[in-house]
Amino acid sequence: MSSQARNAADRLPAPTHSAGEQIDRRTFLQATALPGLAACVWACLGGPILLHASPASEEGRFTVEAQFYDKQAYKKIKCKLCPRECVIDDRERGYCGVRENRGGTYYTLVHSRLATAHIDPIEKKPFFHFCPGVLAFSVATAGCNVNCKFCQNWEISQARPEQVRANYVPPRDLAALAQQNHCPAIAYTYSEPVVFYEYLMDTAESAHGLGIKSVVVTGGYIQKDPLKKMCRRVDAIKVDLKAFSQKYYKEIVNGDLKPILDALVTIRHEGRWLEIVYLVVPTLNDSDAEFQGLVRWIKSELGTDVPVHFTRFYPQYLLKNLPPTPLGTLERAKAIADAEGLHYAYIGNVPGHPGENTYCPQCRRLLIERLGFVVRKMDLHKGKCRSCQHPIAGVWQA
Amino acid sequence: MKRVAASRRDFLRTCLAGAACMGMSSDGGFLRSVWASVPPSRSRLVIARDAMLRGGGAGISSGRLQNLLDRAMQSFFDRDTPVEAWRQLVRPGEVVGLKVNCLAGRGGSTSIPLVEAICERLQQAGVPAENIIIWDRLSSDLESAGFRISTGGRRVRCSGNDASGYEDDLAICGSVGSRVARTLTRYCDAVINLPVLKDHGIAGVTMALKNLFGAIHNPNKYHGNAGDPYIADVNMLPSIRQKVRLTICDATTAQYEGGPSYMPQWTWPYNGLLVSRDPVALDYTGWQIIERKRAERGMKSLEVLGRAPAYIATAADTHHGLGTNDPKLIERIEI
Repeated sequence: MSSQARNAADRLPAPTHSAGEQIDRRTFLQATALPGLAACVWACLGGPILLHASPASEEGRFTVEAQFYDKQAYKKIKCKLCPRECVIDDRERGYCGVRENRGGTYYTLVHSRLATAHIDPIEKKPFFHFCPGVLAFSVATAGCNVNCKFCQNWEISQARPEQVRANYVPPRDLAALAQQNHCPAIAYTYSEPVVFYEYLMDTAESAHGLGIKSVVVTGGYIQKDPLKKMCRRVDAIKVDLKAFSQKYYKEIVNGDLKPILDALVTIRHEGRWLEIVYLVVPTLNDSDAEFQGLVRWIKSELGTDVPVHFTRFYPQYLLKNLPPTPLGTLERAKAIADAEGLHYAYIGNVPGHPGENTYCPQCRRLLIERLGFVVRKMDLHKGKCRSCQHPIAGVWQA
Repeated sequence: MKRVAASRRDFLRTCLAGAACMGMSSDGGFLRSVWASVPPSRSRLVIARDAMLRGGGAGISSGRLQNLLDRAMQSFFDRDTPVEAWRQLVRPGEVVGLKVNCLAGRGGSTSIPLVEAICERLQQAGVPAENIIIWDRLSSDLESAGFRISTGGRRVRCSGNDASGYEDDLAICGSVGSRVARTLTRYCDAVINLPVLKDHGIAGVTMALKNLFGAIHNPNKYHGNAGDPYIADVNMLPSIRQKVRLTICDATTAQYEGGPSYMPQWTWPYNGLLVSRDPVALDYTGWQIIERKRAERGMKSLEVLGRAPAYIATAADTHHGLGTNDPKLIERIEI
């Protein structure tokens, strides 16, 4: 590593985690002590990507006129990107903290403002049915349009962009970095990609020009028009469906449930590959009734082929008073999903559990064996079960 | 009548509030029973005005503003001279922060002549210039309001939280979890809160209590539900509760509509200062002033528009105990 690159690396913040992954380092290392995992281990040990972009020194470079807003009287604007629809006075910002009204024009403050970048296995996002085994160049800016009390990335998601160290990495450079690091995919993740929408869209366009896919890891709190436009630009979306109750969304997330459900339906209708993470938080969203309601809704509105990851919670941020999710709770959730007929219900953040594996929904043959984020065995043939030829939903080729 | 700088009731209230934010409030019954045994005291609020503050012109006379400030402080602290009044508030050797409000830029922010007048009196009271920090959320906001950034030398300091940074750990109380500005937590022994008198399109009004949003790293998260209970909860954070000693609300130019942005067509020369230790009483009184002006201009009240500042009542409730919104408990002195 050159001294210049080392200096660039030193400027980046500590590693962050994809939503759905709250594993501690020791457990992860024990689970993934296999050959060929050097890149994963390196990433988790905090090896940042070696960016050659110049350091952030001029706010103006990150300021680009935003999309999806209406101008109102007296220089106010109404943001139309997410369902919050903030009405923002001149010189003020919306809830997300990264979009600002200046004299009646609305700007994103985080275009090309890269706060963190890592190489992660795509299973870490988690995507289990999308290009298994590929590495995703995972990126984020500051900001978020909710405030989940369990956020594991709150140090950037709940920060304003000027509070977070960042580098100027325009879309074309970001796509080139992914290519240079042999990553067939870019993952927009960690904080909330909706709030860096313009950067995401421009980067995805540049990435496609290089044959690199784009996957989005999001809470799904976005209006229909920008979502549809996003669906046409990216290749897969994983949505964190935090709970199946409005009460939880109001009290724990500071958001709303219905727009998320609408977004899930939109993604399916647009034909984007979709996976769902449900972070199970003890005592708050772990009732059988809620699991039942959730899986019935998924089956009815999205279909049985959408993978659902019931993921273990670890104490974080503003929810440090709760214990990690008991394994029994996760197994119960998966059992309810299996009984309802969902084909791909997983248990997340429990490395080594058979709930991480993919089984043929028809003959129950083990198709994909995983240990943590590592694919140990894959036994599909042209996207079908090798044994009974049942088609296995997913995108299997990079 | 001479008054002590901090009454026993204020001290007890501060301790209990700190205890509440340290997680001892799970038994609401305990707190309620303690509060019930503390009889309410009246909160002193001085409203000082000068019809000739602008000397007949548009600009504020610095001399008259200094005089107005002196009268307000002497009246509040029952002292015969301004320096004696200021010595009731600060001690030599302390570092004093002046939390201004510069979001609206020039015209809608804490006025420079007021801040200069305060700095003058602080120095006369024994606080050296380099121990005075004018601060707000962003250095750019300060500059837009006409302040000059200054971080070194034997001069009054002036900078935003972007220069001094925030604590790494979260301060948590009620609905808020925020990083607090280091200017407040580490550099200042005392803070004088210098808001302006104006309405707010979301919260109803923005004055003493909401001005402390500028002390945390994530105020954008706390405007939902018209800032209620967030504004009250932010003011419960220990470093804010313990260090903010006085509010001097700049009501030289007040605004009754269109806030927090500066809307000159909806401002008027109130030519006054509101001084209180009780931020709730001050906000309540300021709200009434705004409502009266709105009525005078034939505008609907904030209450009718559904924009009444609900956070004021929350700040006054027994759980928060930040002050009083009961006019009978506000000792209002108009000079």
